[in-house]
Amino acid sequence: MKILVVEDSPTMRQLISFALKRLRDTEIMEAADGVEGLKKLNSDTFQLIITDINMPVMDGLKLISLIRRDVKYRSIPIMVITTEGGAEDRERALALGANAYITKPIQAGNVLEVVKSLLGIP
Amino acid sequence: MTEDKEDKNKFVEKLAKTEEAEEIVEMVNRGIEFTKELLQENERLRFKIFQTQQENQELLRESKRGGLSDKLREELRRLEDEKNKLLAEYAKVEQQNQEYAMRYVEVESENNNLANLYVCSYQLHSTLDFHEVLQIIMEIIINLIGAEEFGVFLLDEKSRLLRPVAMEGRELESMPNIPIGEGAVGKSAETGANYYAADIENTQRNREPNEPLVCIPLKIKEQVIGIIVLYKLLPQKTQFANVDYELFTLLAGHAATAIFSSRLYTEAQRKLSTIQGFMELLTH
Repeated sequence: MKILVVEDSPTMRQLISFALKRLRDTEIMEAADGVEGLKKLNSDTFQLIITDINMPVMDGLKLISLIRRDVKYRSIPIMVITTEGGAEDRERALALGANAYITKPIQAGNVLEVVKSLLGIP
Repeated sequence: MTEDKEDKNKFVEKLAKTEEAEEIVEMVNRGIEFTKELLQENERLRFKIFQTQQENQELLRESKRGGLSDKLREELRRLEDEKNKLLAEYAKVEQQNQEYAMRYVEVESENNNLANLYVCSYQLHSTLDFHEVLQIIMEIIINLIGAEEFGVFLLDEKSRLLRPVAMEGRELESMPNIPIGEGAVGKSAETGANYYAADIENTQRNREPNEPLVCIPLKIKEQVIGIIVLYKLLPQKTQFANVDYELFTLLAGHAATAIFSSRLYTEAQRKLSTIQGFMELLTH
């Protein structure tokens, strides 16, 4: 199983990867922004995408809308991890096609629970 | 001749009677034997009946004395005790399970906290570039503590002023230098003790530069080299958790060391390039 983590903060990328390492047989690929995320998406097959919203070059909302427009990636679950805690931000992301939305600061346990639920892991 | 015949007949008749008598005697004897056997069997059965009657009487007497009920009651008591023991054991195991479950949650939470601390520590010491170190400190405060407005001030030893070097949520240029010992920020830097506002639960209030929510002096051993000042938290972060205080402690030490090392390295690099330039001038 492969998970793509798109996040501009190396600290957050490492923290998310650290949390996901508890899942068996899981490979985590990292990207620092939306464009890099799309490149990785084109060159590999992922079962889940985790993305931040505020990123340089291409933000998370743009990334979500591009992914959902492409038939190839339409079924991949997307989880948003962001500092934006407003209801309208959440609604916008979910309307664009995100499947889960959690706000920073994060707890590794919470991230893991949501990831398991999106991947149907008991 | 006729007489002889008659005698002979009589003899035969007599003989026949003798055989018949023997048969009869034989039969009588067998009858006697059979009767004896019957009498013996009868005696055995009588004894058996006597024994059974005695047992019945004994059981009857025991029943009248309540002996059987006592035995049953004793058995019931024993089973009841056993049941209670099993129930107590079950309750004990159940309690242990709950304790283990709670402990598991605690250990899980502690693991998560340790993971956060590990990642912070790892990132802080991953570079010797001063600006990258500052960037990592900012990332940690935003992403792991959940602060919206905050800044890093470094102490200028000559002027004894705390100068802002990085700011989030506020303009860096708008932040004043803060003299050591002045206000909450200056006093926290002077004493080296963390500062928590009296209304720390009010995480969304707008605060003046020297009226912070939290101050974390950056210390190498007891020497303060700067201070992290938090003014406001993200709307979804309504209060501090235990791990935040652990992060404050970690930042106080590790961020200070990382800043100090990176500044030393930058200075050393600058001196090295000056010396190299000077040497080039000399050799050419």
